[in-house]
Amino acid sequence: MPETTNPPLDALDRRIVVATQAGLPLVPDPYGAVAREAGCSRGEVMERMRRMLSNGVIRRIGAVPNHYTLGFRGNGMSVWDVADDRVEHYGRRIGELEFVSHAYRRPRHLPEWPYNLFAMVHGRDRTEVMEKVARIAAMLGEDDRGHEVLFSTRILKKTGLRIGSG
Amino acid sequence: MPTTAPMLEHQDSGSGSAGESIALNDLEKRLLDRYQKGLPLSPTPFRDMAEELGTSEALVLQILQRLQRDGVISRVGPVFRPKRIGASTLAAMAVPAADLERIAAIINDFREVNHNYEREDHYNLWFVVTAPSQERLQAVLQEMERATGLPVLDLPLERQFHIDLGFPLWC
Repeated sequence: MPETTNPPLDALDRRIVVATQAGLPLVPDPYGAVAREAGCSRGEVMERMRRMLSNGVIRRIGAVPNHYTLGFRGNGMSVWDVADDRVEHYGRRIGELEFVSHAYRRPRHLPEWPYNLFAMVHGRDRTEVMEKVARIAAMLGEDDRGHEVLFSTRILKKTGLRIGSG
Repeated sequence: MPTTAPMLEHQDSGSGSAGESIALNDLEKRLLDRYQKGLPLSPTPFRDMAEELGTSEALVLQILQRLQRDGVISRVGPVFRPKRIGASTLAAMAVPAADLERIAAIINDFREVNHNYEREDHYNLWFVVTAPSQERLQAVLQEMERATGLPVLDLPLERQFHIDLGFPLWC
C-alpha cells in the first residue's frame, strides 16, 4: 500500500527536515539560511526539498493557517459506516467537498466500532458543521448505515513532528 | 470549553468561541488564500510572491512575520506527511470520565504520541501514535494497554481520499 512505503531519507534530508519543520526563516533567501544550518548549498536544499515534494514526504510548502484563529472553531470528526464496496466511491466524493480537509478509510473494529470512513469537517461553529454533515448524509442517502460527529472538547497534547531527536 | 489552550493550531478545536477572529486586510487575505496551497520553490520565494501580488518583497515578509506573530499562521514552510516517516496510527480509548485526566497523562507521557484530543463520545480519548517502525508501533500500543488497563482501538489509515491543500478561508 503506498501509504506505508517510506522513501529513504539520508542524513542530509534529515538535517533539512530538522531545519525546516518549525518553518522557513522569513528572510529574502530562506533556502540559503536553511543551507547554512544544514551544512550544504542552497541548491542542494532546494533539490532535496523538490525530491521530498515529488515522493510525498513533503505534502506542500506553504503558509500554514491556524484555522482556529481565523474563526473556524467548530471542526468535527465525522465517522461513517459505509459498505466496503462503496467506501472508495464515497471517500472520493466526500474528499472533494471543499469543507472537508481530510477523508480517510480506516478499519472497523466490530462490534464496538462500525465506522470505516472518516472525514474532518470544518465550519465556524457546531451548527455549521452539523449542516455540512447533513449534506454528506444526504449524498450517501440509503448507503449511510450510521454516522457520528465527534467534536473535540480539549486538546490534551499537541506537538509537531519530531524527527532527528531519536 | 477548553480551560487552557496552549496551542491553537489548525484542525479541530471543537468547542468555544473564546476571543474574536483576527481582522485581516485584503492583501493579507489574498496572500494567505493563495499561498496556503504552496509557495514557489525558488531561491527567492517571497520576491516571487510579491511580484504575483503586485507588491514588494519587504511587505510580503512583513505581512508573513505579523501573521505568524499573531498566530494566524503557525509557520511558512513544508508540511510533512507523517505517515511517510515511520509508521503511525490513529488510536482511540473509551475512558471512564472520572479517570480521564490520569489516563490522558499516561498516554501523553509516551513520546510517540504527538496529538491527543478529548472528544465527546463513548470513545473519548483520540490520539496519533508515530513510531520508527510498524513493530515498534504495535509494541507501544501494547505498552499503553498494559499501563492503562484499557483496550486501545487501532485505526490505521488504509486509504487517503483527499490531500489537504487548504480550503477557502473567505467565501
